[in-house]
Amino acid sequence: MREASTSPIIQVAIRGLMPVIQLVGLYVFFHGHYSPGGGFQGGVLLAVSVMLGRLALGLEMSQVVFRSGIAVGLSAVGVMIYAATGLAALLGGGEFLNYGFLPIPGLDPPALRNLGILLIEAGVTVGVMMALIAIYDEIVESRTESSVLATFE
Amino acid sequence: MKTLNRILLLALGVVLAVAVAGLPPRGDIQAPSHLAANATGAPVAGAYYIQNAYRHARTPNMVTVILADYRGFDTLGETLVVFTGAIAVLFILRRRTP
Repeated sequence: MREASTSPIIQVAIRGLMPVIQLVGLYVFFHGHYSPGGGFQGGVLLAVSVMLGRLALGLEMSQVVFRSGIAVGLSAVGVMIYAATGLAALLGGGEFLNYGFLPIPGLDPPALRNLGILLIEAGVTVGVMMALIAIYDEIVESRTESSVLATFE
Repeated sequence: MKTLNRILLLALGVVLAVAVAGLPPRGDIQAPSHLAANATGAPVAGAYYIQNAYRHARTPNMVTVILADYRGFDTLGETLVVFTGAIAVLFILRRRTP
């Protein structure tokens, strides 16, 4: 899986599929307020689109699509977006993760809760997506003799 | 260093004990979520969320409101578990030198 696939069918099909899967992932994430979906599912779909690129283009070429070195850091950032939303509510005078107290003027508590849910779902999406990509890259990397990722960090 | 670690551990333990002492009792029948009655008049926990989810968060998907708002702390823990899993896998698999 480190080398690119030699089949032109796989190359063309995955290049066409990747943006569609990313679009569906974003739809599932943003539509979590209205239908089944949300952060975990959207994050998995976005990670799958990057993994498909890794499968078709090889680990080295697909670094252009998404660089492996930033995955772990961004996973931590995702968790921090979640925690920071809770702490912002703490600063606004409420309890931890009580989004009704987010310090954003001009919105009533229900609208603030709606926004808070979107913010934490964004954090979950980034966290899950980057965690899955990091795990996949390390597994591929550990099965090869020489290090590919060390040159991309 | 060892004494410092023990002092830090003890301080964290004290914080944890104080925090746990401040928690409401488990299964408290006076909690707001246990007082709401459903259509048949029986008080069940779910009735409160069904009646108030849209009013509180203006979000049509009740499951999202429970997952992300009423049970937000639980979901924070779930995200942390995913993140911790990724870190653990990295520590097991990574062998390249910086």
